Amino acid sequence: MSNKVLAKGLAGALAASVALVPMLASAGELVIESWRNDDIDIWNDKIIPAFNEEHPDIKVSFKPTPPTEYNASVNAKLAGGTAGDLITCRPFDASLELFKQGNLAPLDDLNGMDNFSDVAKSAWQTDDGSATFCLPMASVIHGFIYNKEAFEEVGVDVPNTREEFYAALDKIKEDGSYIPMAMGTADQWEAATMGFQNIGPNYWNGEAGRKALIDGSGKFTDAAYVDTFKELATWKNYLPSGFEAISYPDAQNLFSLGRAAVYPAGSWDISLFNNQADFEFGAFPPPAAAGADTCYISDHTDIALGLNANSENAAEAKLFLEWMTGSEFAELYSNALPGFFSLSNHKVEVTDPVASEFVSWRQECESTIRNSYQILSRGTPNLENELWNLSAQVINETLSPEEAASAAEAGLAKWYAPHQ
Amino acid sequence: MAHSGPMTDWRKAKLPVIAFLAPATIIYTLFMIYPLLDSIRLSFYATPSGGEAAFVGLDNYRTILADPDWASVFWNSFWNNMKFFAVHMLVQNPIGIALAGILSLPQLRFRNTYRTMMIMPTMLSVVIVGFIWQLILSPVWGVGADLLDIVGLKSLFGPWLGKEASALITLSFISVWQWVGIPLMLIYAALLAIPDDLVDAAVVDGATHFEVFIHIKLPLVLPTVAMVSILTFVGNFNAFDLIYAVKGALAGPNFSTDIMGTLFYRTFFGYQLQLGNPHLGATVASLMFLIILGGVLFYLFAIQRRLARYQM
Repeated sequence: MSNKVLAKGLAGALAASVALVPMLASAGELVIESWRNDDIDIWNDKIIPAFNEEHPDIKVSFKPTPPTEYNASVNAKLAGGTAGDLITCRPFDASLELFKQGNLAPLDDLNGMDNFSDVAKSAWQTDDGSATFCLPMASVIHGFIYNKEAFEEVGVDVPNTREEFYAALDKIKEDGSYIPMAMGTADQWEAATMGFQNIGPNYWNGEAGRKALIDGSGKFTDAAYVDTFKELATWKNYLPSGFEAISYPDAQNLFSLGRAAVYPAGSWDISLFNNQADFEFGAFPPPAAAGADTCYISDHTDIALGLNANSENAAEAKLFLEWMTGSEFAELYSNALPGFFSLSNHKVEVTDPVASEFVSWRQECESTIRNSYQILSRGTPNLENELWNLSAQVINETLSPEEAASAAEAGLAKWYAPHQ
Repeated sequence: MAHSGPMTDWRKAKLPVIAFLAPATIIYTLFMIYPLLDSIRLSFYATPSGGEAAFVGLDNYRTILADPDWASVFWNSFWNNMKFFAVHMLVQNPIGIALAGILSLPQLRFRNTYRTMMIMPTMLSVVIVGFIWQLILSPVWGVGADLLDIVGLKSLFGPWLGKEASALITLSFISVWQWVGIPLMLIYAALLAIPDDLVDAAVVDGATHFEVFIHIKLPLVLPTVAMVSILTFVGNFNAFDLIYAVKGALAGPNFSTDIMGTLFYRTFFGYQLQLGNPHLGATVASLMFLIILGGVLFYLFAIQRRLARYQM
């Protein structure tokens, strides 16, 4: 019994891969590995049938794994040689490491790759940009989704500045009929992703600040990051009581049941709210300070598709990838999944009103990606995972904003030369 | 049957002995011993990015135990695991013994109903247990606050699963609730094996139920209690599923619920942007194995030998 965990660890991966061998054996069937288990219907009912209209002889199956287990399982399957033909790629290092290990094939010569901008491709390229190993699919944008009826009832307008935003939240709190902001810190990642990375770019000036962190000229102890944590710390006044134990689905439900006025969102939440909320909702970008001349949004390159270097169906898989570079896929994907915005250069009409609101911010504001994703999460401690913990602690009041900032900097200084 | 000497006996017995030993030996070797040894072997290697695995001796152990980052995480998970174990020893096992004592009272009615109800949580999937308790304790939808309100203690309610100070204790209690059926069953079975005349004699001498339990039954089931304790120890240091189901592999808030199982998972498989490191993961697993081995050896040599056993 004492060696159960060991057996679990190693044999578990083995058993999982053994179970998949028969699936791979059926030649000519493309298997897509993905963490988007929410999207299985869309792939099966819309995307794959559309592909089969052009290539009726290629059978494609979409085999998702729950998001939190995806990286572990796909890495184990690739190492064991039992992974599917097409691998959904996380941005930056997780996929880069797979490419370096020789598990992902280079895709530079894929027809249609020139339909993507360099920025779109940057998340799935080697550091020097010499090789691209995944086909960019979509980005997600952060902002705030609000309950229009609640805003009307309480009598607040959509805020344009940070001051207006907190005045509105104060007013909603005073009114008392709605929870001002629906979020919890139980799962930790919301605090970092919907909190820190959502409001932060306005403090660190988007890409400029992100690049400064990478080259070492910016530090987490700079005012920009401390101030982001300070703003985040004020959120606890607006969150539902007991937010420390409120999970991500709890927060989604609080908002979609109409009990909260504002929801710090990722654009991917739109389709859930479309299905579940019976009130009208809108969205606004993270408000910048009054008088700021530029606004910044987190427009994060989130999802791409790569080719398993050891795929036995590489030719068919390439056909599928080539089809994905076309405008038909871009149109289909952006509209079937409102909130995932195609990264291709094709002009795509987004029909969902809230999704098109999100994507319209690209015109008014400067886009940036989450600052912990490129290079900075390569070492131990892992910056992204640190930010989850620190952001949650700042909201929980177990760390002050200054302590959180210096902890993030200290973690980075441990392994990243430009910060030493 | 005629005996024609020990040699023939052994030759005759050889085939059945091998046949009976084979299934367990093969299965254990293939699925337990080999993975265990291979995982220990794995812990002596390291793979540089993009390179081949190379032998590094005890470097991985040095990293986990001496590198300040890893050591703090490792010992944090170790002490959390000790707390997790302590709650089980101090709460689960005494409750299990007490319930078994009550269940074995001769004049108790609905005995089987109680027994079934108490073992029920043990049969539920951990994911369901985690989910149910998360809902019960949820500050938004949970009945926990309302139930406390009925007895006028609502002010005591808090987001226990989300607070650093209370999350691990809360999870330990959930685990106790789920697993209390196991010590209950084992000790109940041992209690049933006690001959009635011992109890009858004590009753004739004027002992109360409580005295009979403390002075007669408990000493007789002490070996079972010791076995339950060691099973609890092994089970708790291998625990992973409940914490993972409720708090995820990052075992928040601020790693206050991180036990060795979740640390192993995070290290071996990686989590979110943290890439998995099979070698360091195997090192954590080997250290877990050593800790459990140490605990079991301590039990075997220091406790089991000193237990008085009575022929009944």
